[in-house]
Amino acid sequence: MPKPASSKLSEVLLRYESDILATWMQLQLSAVKHRGDLIKNSDLREQSARFLELVREGVQTGDPNVQSGAAWAATREMLESLSRSRAKLGFTPAETASFVYSLKAAIFERLREEMGSNPQALVTEIITASELLDVLGLLTMEMYQKGREGVIARQQQELMELSTPVVMLWDGVLALPLIGTLDSGRTQVVMENLLQRIVETGASIAILDITGVPTVDTLVAQHLLKAVSAARLMGADCIISGIRPQIAQTIVHLGVDLGNVTTKATLAEAFRVALNRTSRRIVDADFQASTTGA
Amino acid sequence: MTASQGEQLPIRTSEEVVVVRQAVRKWAVAAGFSIIDQTKVVTAASELARNTVVHAGGGTVLIEQITSGERRGLRLTFEDSGPGIPDIELALKDGYTTGNGLGLGLSGSKRLMNEFVITSTVGHGTKVVATKWK
Repeated sequence: MPKPASSKLSEVLLRYESDILATWMQLQLSAVKHRGDLIKNSDLREQSARFLELVREGVQTGDPNVQSGAAWAATREMLESLSRSRAKLGFTPAETASFVYSLKAAIFERLREEMGSNPQALVTEIITASELLDVLGLLTMEMYQKGREGVIARQQQELMELSTPVVMLWDGVLALPLIGTLDSGRTQVVMENLLQRIVETGASIAILDITGVPTVDTLVAQHLLKAVSAARLMGADCIISGIRPQIAQTIVHLGVDLGNVTTKATLAEAFRVALNRTSRRIVDADFQASTTGA
Repeated sequence: MTASQGEQLPIRTSEEVVVVRQAVRKWAVAAGFSIIDQTKVVTAASELARNTVVHAGGGTVLIEQITSGERRGLRLTFEDSGPGIPDIELALKDGYTTGNGLGLGLSGSKRLMNEFVITSTVGHGTKVVATKWK
């Protein structure tokens, strides 16, 4: 951005800052993309005033390097926090970027009033202002996306924690209800949790329930077999339950050998086996009452 | 045999393997497959998609609904430009693995599908066409 070209823009921004802000606010509030439901008018006004002030200061320094120049550091910082907060509030990327782009019309309007008699110089100024705001707008998009990626990464982390509870069914009997995709990251957490709980509770039987796992392919089978072996090394036997007919057929076709692992169709069946192995059984209360009473 | 409609997906990461599984399930349901056949096709797709990521560093899959006379089916075409398979017969042997898996992915998915054709050129890539008929 050559210095002489930006001097007029700088002058206009300085002299008409409050006018431009008023026009810009009007444009934003009347725009189709305006989200009055997500942001208060007073907040929007505050953000707009601050951004315009920063743009004016940036233009005044004459530094053309918006992307990484020191003169624009405060502007970039402000846009970053704005994008992040709007991503959180539920603004779409387009709605977020239109904050910056809507400033164009307000500035162009003012430039035209100032320089209408000299179309050539006007076009030069408009190009300068336009290039500047384009870069800032794209920056906003980029930061919005980074904010979103942060949200997704955090959710993935939370999901990993959430989805692997090891529950105690009875003294010495643990159950691990597996749900969803058993990709390697999660399987690692699942395994660690299970082994940790076996140590803590001294459980002798762990039931791995795969009712909630939609696809059991060779990788999932391998993970399950590894979990079973590791648990066995720690002195706990594993039962795999929740094997539906379609999963059973698929495992057979794949050629996966679950031969030395006890498997059951339902968690209830597996629980019955577990109780049996720990020398317990569930009896019908009425039946027992009638036999002992007799 | 004609392809009526289809969809192509990239497979570069294990997250995209999940996306492929979901897409294949959607197509299998749309083609009217039974729950058992759905599971078979999805599992085969999962194996082949993972092979594409692990052995070739990524590739693509084309999912097509096909018809032949009265028969309806689903055809999956996996393509990559990875190192290729030098000995396809060996690769299809149960228990043979170059990674650290069970060595059942390729042979297992062949058994899960009705038609299964591998073409591979060492240094150029691999193409697997797997079809399941309803």
